[in-house]
Amino acid sequence: MAILSIFVLSVFVGFEVVSKVSSTLHTPLMSGANAIHGVILVGAIIVADHSKTNLELGLSVAAIILATINMVGGFVVTDRMLEMFKGNKK
Amino acid sequence: MSRTVYDLIGLAAGVAFILALKGLSHPKTARRGNLIGAFGAGLATLVVFFYSNENSSLPLNNLGWILGAIAIGLVIGVPAARKVQMTQMPQLVALFNGVGGGAAALVAIVEYLNLGAKATTAVVIFTVFTVIVGCVSFSGSIITFMKLQELMTTRPVIFPAGRFIIAATLVSVIGVGGWVVSALGTTPLLILAGLSLLFGILFVLPVGGADVPIVISLLNAFTGLTVAASGYVLDSTLLIIAGTLVGASGTILTRKMAEAMGRSLFGTLFGAFTAKPQDLAAAGEERPVKSGSPDDVAILLNYARRVVIVPGFGLAVAQAQHTVRELADLMISKGIDVAYGIHPVAGRMPGHMNVLLAEANVPYDQLLEMDEVNPTFGQTDVAIVIGANDVVNPAAQTTPGCPIYGMPILEVNNAANIIFLKRSMRPGFAGIENELLYDPKTMLLFGDAKASLTKVVSALKAL
Repeated sequence: MAILSIFVLSVFVGFEVVSKVSSTLHTPLMSGANAIHGVILVGAIIVADHSKTNLELGLSVAAIILATINMVGGFVVTDRMLEMFKGNKK
Repeated sequence: MSRTVYDLIGLAAGVAFILALKGLSHPKTARRGNLIGAFGAGLATLVVFFYSNENSSLPLNNLGWILGAIAIGLVIGVPAARKVQMTQMPQLVALFNGVGGGAAALVAIVEYLNLGAKATTAVVIFTVFTVIVGCVSFSGSIITFMKLQELMTTRPVIFPAGRFIIAATLVSVIGVGGWVVSALGTTPLLILAGLSLLFGILFVLPVGGADVPIVISLLNAFTGLTVAASGYVLDSTLLIIAGTLVGASGTILTRKMAEAMGRSLFGTLFGAFTAKPQDLAAAGEERPVKSGSPDDVAILLNYARRVVIVPGFGLAVAQAQHTVRELADLMISKGIDVAYGIHPVAGRMPGHMNVLLAEANVPYDQLLEMDEVNPTFGQTDVAIVIGANDVVNPAAQTTPGCPIYGMPILEVNNAANIIFLKRSMRPGFAGIENELLYDPKTMLLFGDAKASLTKVVSALKAL
């Protein structure tokens, strides 16, 4: 039940926080959200720790590599996009 | 570290993600929002290394492998993100999203192998969900990457009986999913993964043209949901919160993008299933076009009172944003009224042109959105279309059944003169012929946008 509550409330927060975004920011917002789901890295590390067989370890190592690319690459590329907007504020 | 401290830090990371999305929704706070998100993700990752419970002890097992894998991910991800050209950013985002979906599917598979018969039915159901959606997101994103990188055709790929094959694949994915839940076993799960990968490919192939960004956004939301589901499997509240946030905000964002393009989401995803191959017979004919020299263009501009610049993907490819600004400044110094007409999906992604022109320090008040600029084309002497095609194609208003029909366009056809800067007569991303190119009031200037603009600037200076 607790998990269901967390899920439903997160859905509403997710809807609410992006409800007023302007079309200019669609791409950076998508890219930033994309980086956030890179937090699956945490899950990949947990399963790597659990791994008992070589198959499990091999798959978890692949998952960690992919998740790191998603997370770190995602935040870096979003920052680069947003850097371009800097000049506008002057 | 106790469970309470671990959970509290996880909660802090969850709050950071909410603040990140909130910040990213406003131009002034966007960059800070992204940094807050990165901080939250970094914190969440770091803390895993210091938490142990009855199932695990510190240091983590396989620590060397874990750190080595992270190092490899950094070595691949950071340079890719830093060196990528602005024009290639959309496909990089698609690729990052795909590997995230792949990671979530792998995590679910490993946990399933690990739990074996101990897995509860609920855990198996969530595992099946993660594997299906994660694999679809992975293979679908790879296809969008290849389309945007032009490693394959950018047009919708429609094959005979395609929708039956897609439907049959979907039915077998669901069937095998049910099999995994009832029978358990590694082989059914691997078959499920294979079929899901196939479905992801079939799902994205028929999508083409301007709809690709919408699909990337949708797959991004999908990946979020898989992360939430794997959070359930791994008993991690943080993954549930983060994944659900991305899933929910991604869904809203996908709808907004579809609205900005005047498309229904349903039509985008399933329109191509029913579409018939276009009648392109007329496109093969050689028809006369009026092509001009940079001098002709400069003369036309010199006597204009109002000029609207319409940038598109060609501007991004040629990296001509600084040159176009130079031209605009020159015209303004000659007393010409200059504005940029920005189509929300010009380029390969919503907001692409804004980012590009912002890089060249184009003043914000010169950038007009579609609704502002369209009524002014009637009083515009010259519209310069730089490497854009689909977003000014009147077929979107006049030809029912063409792939972009119904998409709002910049109505440059109402301007007194139209100049197209194009690399070739090749049609735009959606692969549709543009009648405007043959219009008597249109002049074409062939060549790389930057080279052409540089010539126009020097010709205009000489006048």
